[in-house]
Formats: sequence, C-alpha cells, structure tokens
Amino acid sequence: MGRFKLFLPLIALVVLLPLFYVGLKLDPTAMPSALVGNSVPEYSLSLVSNEQQSASNEDLKGQVTLLNVWATWCFACKAEHPYLNKLSQQGVNIVGVNYKDDRNAAKKWLRELHDPYLYSLYDNEGRLGLELGVTGAPETYLIDSEGVVRYRHIGVVDERVWSQILKPLYEQFTATASN
Amino acid sequence: MVPELGHFALIIALALSAGLFVLPLWGAFKGNAILMHTGRSLATGQFVMISVALVCLGYAFLHDDFSVSYVAGHSNSLMPVYYKISAIWGGHEGSLLLWIFMLSGWTFAIALLSRSLPLDMQARVLAVMGFVATGFALFILLTSNPFDRILPMAPLEGSDLNPLLQDPGLIFHPPLLYMGYVGFSTVFAFAIAALLTGKLDTAWARWSRPWATTAWAFLTLGLALGSWWAYYELGWGGWWFWDPVENAAFMPWLVGTALIHSLAVTEKRGFFKSWTILLAIFAFSLSLLGTFLVRSGVLNSIHAFANDPERGLFVLGFLGVVVGGSLLLFALRAPVVKSRPGFSLFSREALLLANNVLLVISMVTVLFGTLFPLIADALKLGKYSVGAPYFNLTFTPFITLVCLLMGVAPFSRWKRSSGSAIRAALKVPLVAAALMAIIVPPILGGYTAIAVAAAFIGSWVFVTTWTDLFVKSNHRLGLRKGLSQLSLSYWGMVFAHTGIAFAVLGVGFTTQYSDEQKVRMSVGEPVQVAGREFTLESLTKVQGPNYVADEALVVMRKDGKLIREFKPQKRRYLASGQIMTEVAISPGFWRDIYIAVGESENISPNTRPMRIHYNAFVRWIWLGALLMALGGLLAVVDKRYRKRVPQNVGAVSTQSTSVEAS
Repeated sequence: MGRFKLFLPLIALVVLLPLFYVGLKLDPTAMPSALVGNSVPEYSLSLVSNEQQSASNEDLKGQVTLLNVWATWCFACKAEHPYLNKLSQQGVNIVGVNYKDDRNAAKKWLRELHDPYLYSLYDNEGRLGLELGVTGAPETYLIDSEGVVRYRHIGVVDERVWSQILKPLYEQFTATASN
Repeated sequence: MVPELGHFALIIALALSAGLFVLPLWGAFKGNAILMHTGRSLATGQFVMISVALVCLGYAFLHDDFSVSYVAGHSNSLMPVYYKISAIWGGHEGSLLLWIFMLSGWTFAIALLSRSLPLDMQARVLAVMGFVATGFALFILLTSNPFDRILPMAPLEGSDLNPLLQDPGLIFHPPLLYMGYVGFSTVFAFAIAALLTGKLDTAWARWSRPWATTAWAFLTLGLALGSWWAYYELGWGGWWFWDPVENAAFMPWLVGTALIHSLAVTEKRGFFKSWTILLAIFAFSLSLLGTFLVRSGVLNSIHAFANDPERGLFVLGFLGVVVGGSLLLFALRAPVVKSRPGFSLFSREALLLANNVLLVISMVTVLFGTLFPLIADALKLGKYSVGAPYFNLTFTPFITLVCLLMGVAPFSRWKRSSGSAIRAALKVPLVAAALMAIIVPPILGGYTAIAVAAAFIGSWVFVTTWTDLFVKSNHRLGLRKGLSQLSLSYWGMVFAHTGIAFAVLGVGFTTQYSDEQKVRMSVGEPVQVAGREFTLESLTKVQGPNYVADEALVVMRKDGKLIREFKPQKRRYLASGQIMTEVAISPGFWRDIYIAVGESENISPNTRPMRIHYNAFVRWIWLGALLMALGGLLAVVDKRYRKRVPQNVGAVSTQSTSVEAS
C-alpha cells in the first residue's frame, strides 16, 4: 500500500487528461449562464398543438422572436398571458416553450385564454429549459434573426418591461436584420 | 526588420533552452564538471535572448507596426503610450512571451544566486528549468508567434486593445501574477532535482524555501491586483467572482501556502519530505493547468482568449509530459521510509500538517468546482455552470479551520507542546476575539452569523499573532531588546498572519454590510442610499484619446454637507465600438462609495439608470493581501538564507537562531 499510495496523484492525472482532451473539442460558451450573445441551444421538439409536428432552433431564424417559457402550473404565466395576447395582436413574433407541462392541460389553456404564440414547443422533460438555464417560468428570451439570444428577461413581461427593455431591442434587431 | 530580429532571438532562445535542458543534465549524469558548468551561461544567454524578443515586440507596439498581426490585433495608433506597452501582454501570443520571459528571469536568478549549491544539484535544477522553457519556446514558435506579419496587405490601423485591458491595473497585474505563477517553477525544479539525486535533506529545503516564498508573495500581489482591477474595471462592484481563471491562479496560491509551511517543517525537522516534494509538483502543475485552461478556452471565462484547439492540444500534451513525468518520478523515487513518529499529536508539526491537509482539501474543492463543467460536458452529463454558492459553501469551512489553527500554531513547540501552557496562552485571545464578535457587529449594522464568525475569526488570528509576538519579545532587558532579537522571518509570519486577519474581516464584513441600489437618476433629483444623499448634477459628453463617453456628475451629501463629487462614465471605444462602464469610486478605509452608470434607456436626455454601491471594508481584503506579500518578502530577506554555505557540503546543520518562524 505504501508504494501504491505514491502513484495516486499520477493516476488522478491519467484520469483527468483524456477528459481535458475531449473538453478541447467542446464549446464551453454554450453554457446556460452565458447564453446572451450566443445561439439558442439546439433542439427539436414536438408542438403542443400537434405531436406529429416538430420545430427546431433553425425555425427561429429569419425573424426576431420572443421565446416565452410558460406552463399551466405557473401562476405568474396566467397574469402575463393577456399582455402576450396584446403583443401578438400588434404583430410581435412570440414562440412558446411549454415547460414541464401536460399537453392536454396546455391545449386547454391556449383554447380558453387565447393563443398568442406562433407555435408552442412541448418541452415536457424540461431539456430545452435546462439548456436555456431557465430558473423559473415565466422567462422570455429575445432571439434575433440569426438565432442568437440577445436578452433574457426573468419574470412577467408587462407594459413596462416591453416598452422600456424589450421593444427597443426588438426594433433594433429587426432593423439590423432588414439592412 | 525589428520583428524579424525578435523572431530570430526567440529561435536562438529555443536552442539555448534545449541546450540548457540537455547539457547540464548529461554532465550531472556523467559527472562532467565542464558540462555542468554550461548551465549558468546558457541560462544567462536564454534570458538575454528572450529579453531581446520582448523588447522587439515592445518596439513594434511603440512604432505602431500594424504589419505585425499581433500588434494590429491589440493596438491602435490612438492608444496612449503606456497602454501600448501593456498591450504587449494584452493577448495570447504576447502573454506567452511574458510567461517565458518570467521563466527565463527566474532561471537567470537561480544561476546567479545558487553558487552555494553543490554543482550537480545546480546543474539539474537549471536543466529542469531549461526543459520547461524549451516546451514553452516551442509552443510560442509553433502555434503562437507574436511576430507573424500580415504581408503584403498590412492594415493601416490596429483594431485596438480590448478596452477592459486599457487600464493601469492591467499594466501590472499580468507581470506580477506571472512572477508568482511561473515562480513556482523554481521550487518545482528543486523538487525534480531532489528526486533525481535522491538527496532530500534539510539543506534542500533551506535552498528551496526562499524561492517558494518569493513566488508565493508575488502571486499574492498578482491576485490582489487582479481582484482590485475586476472591482473597479468590470463595474459590477464585486471583488472575486470564482471565475475559472481566477480559480486557476488561486489554486497554486493555496498549494503554495501549504508548501511554504511544509517546507518549514522539512527544513527544521526533516519531516514531510515526500509531501513537500508533492506540493512543489502540485503548485507548478496547477500553474500549468491554469495556463491550459486559459489558453485553450475549454472553460468559459472573462479571461479566455481566442479558442484554438491546436494550442490547447499543445499545452495539454506539454502538461501531460511535465506533470505526468514528474508524478511518475515522484511515485518511483519518493522515499517510502516510514516516518518515525517523531512528534506528538499536539505539536507544531502536527498543527502544520493539519494546515497543509486543510489547504489542499480546499484547493481540491476549488479544483473540482472549476473542472466540473468541463468534466460533465466531456462525459455527456449535460451543461453545468458552477457558481459562487458552491465555492462559498465548500471553501469557507476549511479556511475557517485553517484560521482557527493559525491562532494556536505560533504558541506550539516542535516535537511536543504542553497543552496546559497553550491553553493558558490562548485564554486572553479567546476572550478578546469573543468580545469583538459581540461588540463589533452591532456597531456596523447588526448581528448576522457570518459577521459574528468573521469578527471572531479575524480578531482571533490578529490577537493570537500579536500576543505571541508580545510573549516572544519578552526579554529581561526590556521590550526593545526583545523585539530586536526577533528574526525577520518571524516578523514575516506576523505580517502575513495579520494580513490574513485583515482579509478575513474584509471579506466577512463586505458581504454583510454592503449595500447596492439600482436607481434611476434625473438631473437635480436627489436619491438616498446608505444614509447619504446623491444628486445627479449634469450629464455631459466627454472626448477621450480613443473613446467618447457620457459622463455623469454626481455629488454626494451627508447631513446636507457636500462630501464628494463623482464622475462615472459610459465609454464607447471608437475602434471596436465596445461600450465600457467606467465607475467612480470614493475609496475609504472603512467603506467605498462606488457609482456606475447604466445603459441609456432613451427615456429622457436628463435621466440615467445608475448603480450606487456602499462597499463596507472592501479595502481590507487588498490591504490583507499586501501585508501577506510583505510578510513573504520579509521572510525571504532573513539573513539566514544569505549565509555563505561552504560548497560541497551535503547536509547543513540547522543552527537555531533565537526565534524563528514556522
């Protein structure tokens, strides 16, 4: 044992080196905490409205979008919902992420409260939410036309948040996209 | 022409480094004195050549030679001269050049100062330094040459240095940090040489100690400067973020702290030999690991330079060879002698061992937290980011224990301490620290668990250290005589431990009694923060050398009296278009007032969001670090390290001077 003990640091290194080697090829900037300024994590999820149909992160490209994380179990989402309806009537693109939810409950919610989303992704396992680094619903991400996250808002989007923060960014990135 | 000269000097330096690695080692192996003697001249030549390369790069910066790709990427003709100089280490290639410059400087220092070492030992130490230099010179020349040209289409203007780095702190932070970081290569070289010769005596520890302590002191300064820079330049008001690269520099510091204490035991008592060797290897390995983490971009950090897998692979390979090789050597050659239990469970040796184990454990918790995202990602366990809560939770308990033991250790004796004597000596400090813990928090703003703990621990370290000083200076001819008999290294310990006390109080109180308010300020409308009144007087445009800025004039009043004006700025750098927050700080011994301008919201030209911080005791953290570094340097200049030791005497008897530090 005495001699073997001396080899332990070496063994620890031998275990670590291959991991570093693999790590070299991975992109650390895909970390949830550093999402702003980086592309939306890759996903391909079925839609709440139709489990046969799916959408991926590629579908976000081409226009500025609000990615709104919501759930029927989320009390604040209910408070937020009427304002999202109002925004969608103004022509704002909103894509929903139905987070850790039940499809039927979500369908019922959208039927009763009106559906402001272009479509809602069905993220019942919360994988996309995890990759986004969602800390709680509702959360709203502003995605530019290249699919890059430009802003993250935690909490309810209301008139103040929209007009002071999101709207200027939304317009700014819409303008840069059309140039 | 000059950049080519620099490039050429680097190539010569590579050849000299390779020679430095091979010739003295071969000489030591064969017992050839002439070959062994080449070490010193090769070390000198290497240092000269790398200095030439560094000066050439500096010349290219000063003359705005944008045909050099590195200069074009990190400078701009509008930049002030001092930033053009600090831009030498503002990017990947140049900071590697600084790295190897420091390494060759340390190597040169060994060549100059190690005349008292046996020739074969000196040859081996220099050879190990030469090996490390060879690896880094190859790395620079093969993957990261700072002298590469953009020809024939040289740009007319450079793209500017990252504005974050255009700051006085950044002129000194990298050199000091690298001094420390790279300085551990010296102890590493001593350790490897000891493993090669099998000579691991107290004389070895005596030679290594000043090197380890010097490197540690510089690393302490570098870390403090980095923290101070982050505090005022990043504009977040924080002083430590547990950023992977901060951790990468902090881990060698923790191990280095353990190492300088373990070396003390090895020198004085001849124990912990293989442990000391292992710590020396760890300290430098962690420096290399830090280099790997920063240079390869495998971790997400504000320090990360451009991602380049090829560079990462090279450093990883080098890391594998150096660390793997030295750990293998350690496993094969480290003495397995059962260390006879020459000290009791309650002795200075045992306390220092506990200090070592706790420091290494805390290093491992930091290492684990730092590498976890990388490991989880590599094993496909998912994406994680490990944040401050993990580090605060896991790191604090161990460091608390270290601090508590720190109070006991100075009173202890080698071999065996009398429990009752120590208990008697600690009575006064214990009562004093407890009183402080009761009295101080309410004065500062109320009891919280952390504030009470910090007040207790900080006072405990402080009072025990100075009580011990008082006891040790107790002399029948009076205090003055007593004080003059204390050795410089003892004073070093007193200063360093006092520094720890200050740092503990600073860290504890700043987390508890600071205040941060986000306010929307309009011209002429006062707001109240931390019992002070702040009024935005005006918002103006200011033109800098290479930026334009919105400058706010904020005045602070207390009880109606004007105390201070602040001029925080939001800068836009012209070349890159990058927006920077330039905070305004009113520094103070007890507190800082710190104001940062927020992003313009285009609501009204006279309104701006602002952040006003009241940062209690934050200066104490850096003051503590300064005291620690000062302590380290005092210990190094202690005359016992400068005693002429007759050559070719293997084991030097350890005469005990009056009172010596642990």
